Amino acid sequence: MNALQIAVADGMTIAKRNALKIRRAPDLLGGVVMLPIVFVLLFGYIFGSMIDIPGMTYGEYMLPGIFVMTIVTSAQITGYTLTLDLQKGVFDRFRTLPMSSSAVLTGQTVSDVIMNLTSLVTMAVVGLVVGWRIHTSPFEAALGFLLLLFFSYAFSWVTATVALALRTPEIFNNVATIVSLPLVFLSNAFADSTRLPGPLKVVAEWNPVSTLIQAARELFGNTSPAMPAPGAWPLQHAVPVSLLWTLLLLAVFAPLATRLYKRSVSR
Amino acid sequence: MPDAIVAEGLVKRYGDVVALDGMDLAVPEGTVFGLLGPNGAGKTTTVRILTTLLKPDAGHARVAGFDVVRDVRPLRAHIGASGQYAAVDDHLTGAENLEMVGRLYHLGTGRAKQRARELLERFDLTEAADRPVQGYSGGMRRRLDLAGALVADPPVLFLDEPTTGLDPRARASLWDVISELVAEGTTVLLTTQYMDEADRLADRIAVVDHGHVIALGTADQLKDQVGGDRIELSLTSAADLATATRTLAPLAVGSVQTDTAAFRMTIPVTGGAAALTSALGRLAAERIDVRDAGLRRPTLDDVFLTLTGHETDGKIKETVR
Ligand SMILES: Nc1ncnc2c1ncn2[C@@H]1O[C@H](COP(=O)(O)OP(=O)(O)OP(=O)(O)O)[C@@H](O)[C@H]1O
Ligand SMILES: [Mg+2]
Repeated sequence: MNALQIAVADGMTIAKRNALKIRRAPDLLGGVVMLPIVFVLLFGYIFGSMIDIPGMTYGEYMLPGIFVMTIVTSAQITGYTLTLDLQKGVFDRFRTLPMSSSAVLTGQTVSDVIMNLTSLVTMAVVGLVVGWRIHTSPFEAALGFLLLLFFSYAFSWVTATVALALRTPEIFNNVATIVSLPLVFLSNAFADSTRLPGPLKVVAEWNPVSTLIQAARELFGNTSPAMPAPGAWPLQHAVPVSLLWTLLLLAVFAPLATRLYKRSVSR
Repeated sequence: MPDAIVAEGLVKRYGDVVALDGMDLAVPEGTVFGLLGPNGAGKTTTVRILTTLLKPDAGHARVAGFDVVRDVRPLRAHIGASGQYAAVDDHLTGAENLEMVGRLYHLGTGRAKQRARELLERFDLTEAADRPVQGYSGGMRRRLDLAGALVADPPVLFLDEPTTGLDPRARASLWDVISELVAEGTTVLLTTQYMDEADRLADRIAVVDHGHVIALGTADQLKDQVGGDRIELSLTSAADLATATRTLAPLAVGSVQTDTAAFRMTIPVTGGAAALTSALGRLAAERIDVRDAGLRRPTLDDVFLTLTGHETDGKIKETVR
């Protein structure tokens, strides 16, 4: 086997292990399936039905935001399990094996994509049941899901970097919550970002989460004339800018996480 | 015989803490080398450097002919390592844990599965093989972790406190496994805080303290370093112990150790049985009740105590007896 084949085979071994873990651990499974269902019903259906937008339900407008919120929050599970592996010495064991040094993280991020795919499918199905509709061509809709998955893959590397830098599960959880809440709520996920006060408006408009949500709305046809896209440049070119964000995150955080992994030792 | 493990002048610092301070080791192929030392002596740090988990700040080391810093990947293909704390995956079964390790050694799926079963059998885990590790006892985890180190039949094995937390039977069976491996030519470096373990398994022992080797030799050589026989007495009261300490002082060739809580004392002597007879005679003359008396060679405990000035972990020792 050459180096690339080894890296792929090892990555698959790790991804399989993670998939098994998710299947066996009720807490992880809850995060992947139950929580997204709750998000869709709570935000999209209940809150959504309280507000009227001409031509569509508010829930329909919100669902792409909920997709992205779920991706961002479930990345926390990934980071948390990484810090646990690190602390319990599982990485020490891996690092004494003649395996590819990138495999643990590629395996992890690949299994995260599978996890996110599961969440997305769950949310889409529940969404369809409660009234969410795709108003674009199947091609555009597929593109929408692919973009969400690709972003989630890149975001896994961000989480991995943060987890390996912070090392402790408790500290990681605190930091992740403190960072991910504003990331989601200072965006156009639930609020109309044009109505936010000055500096917050700028933050919300340039927040990559907003861009991705806008891109998803466009690709699923969940935009509404009553909720026009704000004038900010990234939101006017949401699909290409989301793609750029994704590539940028990958380019920065994949090497960074790999470096941290190579030097990580428990305790 | 060529050395399977060589370390020269290893230094490792953590901020102000000097974990290793000029560690030297040489382990001939096919032998068991014991690293013995109190908490914080630097045993785990040494193992981590030799297993490529840490880079030394100074010095160098080779394992199976490979440099621990430059030849990381081929070196890893030639070692098996089991850390001080069992690193097993809670949500996977015992068999899945070992199969995963086998795949990561690139044994191929079939061989990895077969090897997992063999090892589960060898470590008495067959019954639990298909249960998630979550439900394993501490000792079972420990054994599974050790099995993980053996998956690829590596020529050099690193075991950091391999029997800590094992019951006496599991410990004895692990000792047997290690002896078998060594008979087949495996080189083993193990760290331990149990003197009997080092005594039983290690061909050579390095006593480590403050990050370097302070004594090196076979168990017998180390025992000879700390001198001759010891009389051990067990009495019935503190008053008797005080009297006996005074009465027997002339016989002692070193410092007398007393345990005032258990009314026990240890007296280093020369002259073996004659000294014991004489000691008992003196005690009888003072009408001191002797519950138990014996003559023994120095143990590694004495070596450890004399050389490091630290107590060994008595609590752990008792579970062995
Ligand atoms: N990651 C770390 N950060 C800071 N100090 C450390 C770190 N790892 C080890 N040390 C320090 O280095 C010294 C040697 O530690 P090491 O773990 O090698 O000892 P040990 O002989 O294995 O002890 P034990 O018997 O308790 O396992 C100790 O003083 C320890 O506190
Ligand atoms: Mg240790």
